Amino acid sequence: MIQFEKFTLDNGLKVLVHEDVSTPMVVVDVIYDVGARDEDETKTGFAHLFEHLMFGGSINIPVYDEPLQVAGGENNAFTTNDLTNYYCQLPAENIETAFWLESDRMLSLAFSEKSLDVQRKVVCEEFKEHYINKPYGDVSHKLRALAYTTHPYKWMTIGKELKHVEDARLQDVKDFFAKHYTPSNATLVVAGNISTTAVKQLAEKWFGPIPAGEKYVRTLPAEPVQTAPRSLEVRANVPLDALYKAWHISSRLDERYYATELITEILSGGGSSRLFQALVKEKKLFSNIECQHFGSFDAGLLTIEGKLVKGVLMKDAEAAVMEEVNKLTQEGISEKELQKVKNKTESMLAFEDMSLMNRATNLAIYELLGDANLINEELARYQEVTAAGIKEECSRIFNENNCNTLYYYSNN
Amino acid sequence: MLNRTEAPLIKDAIEFSLSLKPYQLYELDNGVKVYAIDAGSQDVLQMEMVFYAGNSYEEANAVAAATNHLLKNGTVSRSAFELNEAFEYYGAYCTRACYNETAVVSLHTLSKYLHELLPVIKEMITDAVFPENELSIYKQNSKQKLSVNLQKCDFVANRLIDAYLYGEAHPYGQYLRAEDYDALTADQLKAHFNRHYLNGSCVIFVAGKLPDNLAEQLNTQFGSLNLQPTNGKPPTNNMAAATEKKHRIQNDPNGVQGAIRLATHFPNRHHPDFTKMMVLNTVFGGYFGSRLMSNIREEKGYTYGIHSYVQNHLQDSALMISTEAGKDVCEAAITEIYKEMQLLREELIDEEELLLVRNYLIGIILGDLDGPFHIIGRWKNIILNNLDESYFYNSIETIKTISAEELKALANKYFVPENFYELVVI
Repeated sequence: MIQFEKFTLDNGLKVLVHEDVSTPMVVVDVIYDVGARDEDETKTGFAHLFEHLMFGGSINIPVYDEPLQVAGGENNAFTTNDLTNYYCQLPAENIETAFWLESDRMLSLAFSEKSLDVQRKVVCEEFKEHYINKPYGDVSHKLRALAYTTHPYKWMTIGKELKHVEDARLQDVKDFFAKHYTPSNATLVVAGNISTTAVKQLAEKWFGPIPAGEKYVRTLPAEPVQTAPRSLEVRANVPLDALYKAWHISSRLDERYYATELITEILSGGGSSRLFQALVKEKKLFSNIECQHFGSFDAGLLTIEGKLVKGVLMKDAEAAVMEEVNKLTQEGISEKELQKVKNKTESMLAFEDMSLMNRATNLAIYELLGDANLINEELARYQEVTAAGIKEECSRIFNENNCNTLYYYSNN
Repeated sequence: MLNRTEAPLIKDAIEFSLSLKPYQLYELDNGVKVYAIDAGSQDVLQMEMVFYAGNSYEEANAVAAATNHLLKNGTVSRSAFELNEAFEYYGAYCTRACYNETAVVSLHTLSKYLHELLPVIKEMITDAVFPENELSIYKQNSKQKLSVNLQKCDFVANRLIDAYLYGEAHPYGQYLRAEDYDALTADQLKAHFNRHYLNGSCVIFVAGKLPDNLAEQLNTQFGSLNLQPTNGKPPTNNMAAATEKKHRIQNDPNGVQGAIRLATHFPNRHHPDFTKMMVLNTVFGGYFGSRLMSNIREEKGYTYGIHSYVQNHLQDSALMISTEAGKDVCEAAITEIYKEMQLLREELIDEEELLLVRNYLIGIILGDLDGPFHIIGRWKNIILNNLDESYFYNSIETIKTISAEELKALANKYFVPENFYELVVI
């Protein structure tokens, strides 16, 4: 059970406090309700580029990192298709430094040309390092573009193409800040060795005076129901053929989410999972195979991907994947197998909560989803999933018309 | 009126006193030592059995890693599938990892299931059978993975720089080729298993919320095995460093980035310079605000990240600088790396920067002492390196007190461009 208290400032900033006196540290986490899904299709990669610029100095403080490091702290941030999260950890005695820094960059940035110019380059190198200069690096880009015709999940957080990042202008940065970086669009989570009273006083002092701004209201186009299978063939200079399949799944808050998560565990959650045992160990068609889902806020994807053993034909590999998927859909699972994946989930949740940083970030994410207390209800929801529920969810997901396939062939 | 231009008062982190929570030490009937940290709020624990069975002890390339990996792929009474299921049914993870000296079997589990899982671990380390079929799958899949990795400039660079530093015959410089996997036989694995697991030496580290009868449980399972409590003399390795220092490799004709590695030999943790270098290295390339990061990422935008560190080796070691940079700016990046070395050789680090780094390092250690897994991690490092807790306290003292003059002298001793191996893989 993760205890927390919650209050809201007059400007709309939500504040959560999770007290843990067993640590000498505090974590200060600020999550903004903006991700790559909020971008204009002609200016993708912006939410993430913006995250970099948040470290380029704010209105009253020339640099973000140094004062935090002087206070014995460290920090980082990440951007997803749904959200942008900033976190820092420092000795509890120095917590006010984090309030000072975070509130100033919520108030306003320095908007420096120099910082934009450098971070454009840095992000381009990040793009190259992860998505261009790696074998199979373009898969995620291609798979999203295939599976989504309409919803902004069709592009990656890093952006659709390098050019979008290269073309970013300072005015875009200013507009983006005004639209999304307001107190009412953010949640502050403070976790660690600090009382709610102290957090209240600090939050009022540092964040209270920030103007509320205009609340951004999200209106995203929904992805239409897919009505026919889609596929794409790619040839590239990679050593092995690879198969990628993606099916549309529910949104994060849908009750169906919990069965979906367990389905991915049944199919590829470890050495005794179905796909690994059947396709890597018994039939020896794949050298690795994985089943995952995006865990995205809006309706996401469940993917199965694997690299084929040299000499295996794509159609045989695909048929074998579908055989396993169909077997699960038609025959369902035993109570023992269901218990296994539930046990695994229980253990995973317990390990996740070991770290103060994880607890803070998870509280922030759940609050963004609508209610931080979901963090304490997750396990019960997994426990409620039945074998019949798994079977039903499988028939919804693994429908032929809901499927997108990327055949990735080696040129060699 | 709130003055936002003025930083709030802070307590300098160097004023914090840090202490490393002491371990409990148990000795099993066969003398094997168990180091335990009982802490944490979640009902979980991790156990690591560390065997001296790493690649320094292998008879042929790839044998140590294959043996370690295949411990979980079949015993006298269970198939690989059954072993996996035995752990996964309880939501537990049993992982293996092979390093230069050590090879580890780890268990992560909800504390309440420990008693169900220890007998399975025991089975793996006493009754592993290394089935031909499992070995053949391992060989095939390892080769497939290798073929993909060999297209990555960073992977290739990491292999080559170690080979230049230590020579390919040295366990730290050795790297694996497809032929090494092809040559593996079950007999080699069984021999390695027999010598280094069944009759090997072992240390156990446990942390988390521990059951009251932990020592008894461990003793029942492992106390009567033929394991040695201490490792004999480690094998002597002859370093055969490359004579040519500068290397430029074209690996991928379509590559858009180069993997840059600069490295020079550096002593291990027993040398007094080691903890001092921790501070100098932090200034140089060891954190986000480092000289290398500020110049090469934040000023010039050549890279997404650049880091320097001392390799975590028990014996010979090296100071390494590592980055991936745009293909066209690799040479410029290298020039800047040498410039930053020169600055540290010629100019004293000013007090402001030095205080920042001291505070930062103490803050990191303070944060890193959070929770039983981190604490046991610190102890494991100390114990496997044959050090004691004074190493921890001396490091803190060095961070708090080392002077700018000492750091400059250290830079002059180690940041010597002629001593650096230099590699770019595109």
